[in-house]
Amino acid sequence: MEIRFVLNGKETQVSTAPDRRVVDLLREDLGLTGTKEGCGSGECGACAVLVNGESRLSCLMLAAQLDGKALTTIEGAPEDGRLQALQEAFVRCGAVQCGFCSPGMIIAAADLLGARPDTGREAIREGLSGNLCRCTGYAKIVDAVQAAFEKLQGGPTP
Amino acid sequence: MSQDIPRIGRPFVRPDAASKAAGAEKYAADHYGEGLLWAGAKRAGVAHGRIRAVDIGAAAALPGVVAVLTGRDVPGTNRQGIVHKDQPVLCDDVVRHCGDPVALVLAEDRLVLRKALDLIRLGIEPLPGVFGIDEALLPDAPLVHEGSPNGNILLQAALRKGDAEAALRSSPVVVEGIFEVPFISHAFLETENGVAWQEADGRLVLVVSTQAPFRDRWEIGHALGIPMDRIRIIGPYLGGGFGGKDGATVQCLLALAALHAGGRPVKMWWPREESFLAGYKRHAARMHYRIGASENGELQALDCRLSYDTGAYAHLGGEVMALGMEHASGPYRIPHTRIEGVCVYTNNPIGGAMRGFGVAQVSFAVERMMDRMAARLGIDPLALRRKNALEQGDTNGCCVRLTQSTGIRACLETLQKHPLWRGREAWKAAAGPFKKRGVGMAALWNAMGYGRGLPDSAIAKVELTREGAIRVYNGVSDMGQGNTSALFQIAGEILRQPETRIEGVQPDTERTYPSGSAAAGRTTYTYGNALIQACEELRRRILGWAALMLFADTLDDLELLPERVRYAKAKKEVSLRDIAAMMRDEARVCISQFIMPVAADAPDTGKEFVIGFPHLLFSHAAHLALVEVDELTGAVEVKRYLAATEAGRVLNPQTFEQQVEGAVAQGIGYALSEAVRLEKGRILTPDFATYIIPGALDVPEIVSIAVEAPEATGPFGLKGVGEVGMNGPLPAIANAVSDACGIEPNHAPLTGEKVLALIQGKGAASHAE
Repeated sequence: MEIRFVLNGKETQVSTAPDRRVVDLLREDLGLTGTKEGCGSGECGACAVLVNGESRLSCLMLAAQLDGKALTTIEGAPEDGRLQALQEAFVRCGAVQCGFCSPGMIIAAADLLGARPDTGREAIREGLSGNLCRCTGYAKIVDAVQAAFEKLQGGPTP
Repeated sequence: MSQDIPRIGRPFVRPDAASKAAGAEKYAADHYGEGLLWAGAKRAGVAHGRIRAVDIGAAAALPGVVAVLTGRDVPGTNRQGIVHKDQPVLCDDVVRHCGDPVALVLAEDRLVLRKALDLIRLGIEPLPGVFGIDEALLPDAPLVHEGSPNGNILLQAALRKGDAEAALRSSPVVVEGIFEVPFISHAFLETENGVAWQEADGRLVLVVSTQAPFRDRWEIGHALGIPMDRIRIIGPYLGGGFGGKDGATVQCLLALAALHAGGRPVKMWWPREESFLAGYKRHAARMHYRIGASENGELQALDCRLSYDTGAYAHLGGEVMALGMEHASGPYRIPHTRIEGVCVYTNNPIGGAMRGFGVAQVSFAVERMMDRMAARLGIDPLALRRKNALEQGDTNGCCVRLTQSTGIRACLETLQKHPLWRGREAWKAAAGPFKKRGVGMAALWNAMGYGRGLPDSAIAKVELTREGAIRVYNGVSDMGQGNTSALFQIAGEILRQPETRIEGVQPDTERTYPSGSAAAGRTTYTYGNALIQACEELRRRILGWAALMLFADTLDDLELLPERVRYAKAKKEVSLRDIAAMMRDEARVCISQFIMPVAADAPDTGKEFVIGFPHLLFSHAAHLALVEVDELTGAVEVKRYLAATEAGRVLNPQTFEQQVEGAVAQGIGYALSEAVRLEKGRILTPDFATYIIPGALDVPEIVSIAVEAPEATGPFGLKGVGEVGMNGPLPAIANAVSDACGIEPNHAPLTGEKVLALIQGKGAASHAE
């Protein structure tokens, strides 16, 4: 079927099976491999994308569900102030090791900062509890989310 | 990328972080290719059985299926394995664990692949299996490998020092305990995968998520009968490894698939369930300990028996056990030891390398024993450890004299001075209703490198490019540990170029040189030392050419600066680009090999170990866990954690902390929730809903303190820091739970259920000895 949606700020039309997983559409058909797959069953968060600004798991979402929506992947960061601030903070704070969870983690953090900007460490940990990381021990990820929030507060509204 | 020169000892933002955070870095999993085919393995689903028939007819006839292959189609030996070649690429007669591959399908897409795999009918006649260490050792146990002269024993060995039995008899205080740990999974986020294709001239190319690209070439060559120079392995950054990608996972299957793909690329990417089913695991183990001490707390003797379950194939089982035995006495001075080990085959999943290789298991046992000994003696557990801590010059529990940096005492002293330790009684007293608080510690060590019998070698290559930049050809995989950042720092320090003028090439058997596996805490140590040599040679060479161009009489008058060489006396400079233009291609490249030193005097014990024993270099740590136990549920929460770590000199404080914090987080999983649950060899925990790794709410704030003790042989004084931290959380948390509740938690993991049962005194007979 024909699916129209806004992908990283650009009007996009694709012809695909309606039951194609969004993660496959992104990675295989559109070449956007920044969205990772870690489990395929909604348990690890590596495939998170923003749909109308909210974090969604692209391994559990079908192409048909994208119709008429605005989809932002990690590749859309340059146009998204929140994502960009988070990326910079992740790099600076040492929140990236193997990096395979990083795109999904950054997406989840962007949702968190947008939805309920509580920057307490516990609140951030809770907000990221659906995203697994096997390398960092999470502390530096929490550092990065806090730092990004502070930067966003100090700067222009994203 | 910054204009700063990466320098040793200063925080340096790892060069891979930005592209990873941007989603731009291409992992093996991100490679697809034109005309891509998908490959997948049909797994046995039976723990032990004889293959009577493999009916591939329906699968092969399915539209979109390109090929269905079985053991008969494997052209070489059809056997892989790092030390023992006992693991089939595709099983041809017998299956030995549920995850054994029996057939391989190539299909146009994943949907067809899944259908075809479902259509393959396996006629496997079940054979009696063995699923535990005791079962495997019974005289009439079914054999996992038919005709094996040693029954189900892969390796049996003993280490002796002095007379442990006599010393135990004469020790006034003896404590005894039995400890058990389950199989656990690496659970990296990027599961096992790769893409392979055959070039027009027949050569095979693989882009694969691997910790050992050069060994992969050899494994494929052996298993499929292909000359090594016909195989190229490209190893991009990994989405985690932790030991689980040290050894063939998809490699031989993918290479076989590529031979039947008519030049099209073939992708194999294990789904999470397949990764749990077929991927390597940390060995399950049982450890029976007796330790004797004098009344004033001097350790006198250790007697222990270690049993490891290596599962269906040898993989690194013998070497894992060797490391366990080498570390069984802890970082302590013990004059008399008897350490016996046995590693057995079972029809369980395959045990392999994992961070804290064999050491994480024994650290649990010996550190629980130290707390129990302290309690028996009425001595503070930290004082007991300090009193017995190994020092440089001492002889360890397997008769090796420690000639190199040995910082365990300094780690313990750091812990002792810390407010978390000094304020522990007040913290414990502040527990809320229905909560009990406890504080526990562990003293740790972890060897570095391959040990004797297997040269721990790296060959570094560094190039002055035609553009006058520095390019480091890294031959050791970066699975996330950040060795690439250390290589940038080393090149920057010696060649004085800013980060923007340094490039890194990741492992590729056609561009980089064999430098061993990303394993054994050796990555930066061994390759780093080789790179220092290569960079120093390149520095001399650049200055030598500059001298010609600047008419300098001596190199001492020349200064290497970013993008140029200055001849201050003559007020002249020449750019690196101009120097590079003067040089022939071979002159712009420096290659240098380094081999890690080994213990000078091989001990007169442990002769059973052909490779991997003993070691010369160790990193050390002292860990402190502050836990709260819910009396109503038994749930254990780690509230605070302190890790004081000695790994030589710190090259990059940020990556050092990353390694410590990450290892502690994995260790917390080992302590509290992780277990591959098995029923007659079948995995009951095939996903992240049932195999629970720590999330952001399960890991506390971790205080990491570096206790520097520069290692004379290390690159700028460094030793490996990746592994030692993994060994601490299980014993430290178990000791803290014991402290909180007065129980003996000797079986990992310490789930709420288990702790509650111990608190209630139920199950005491099975959980305490």
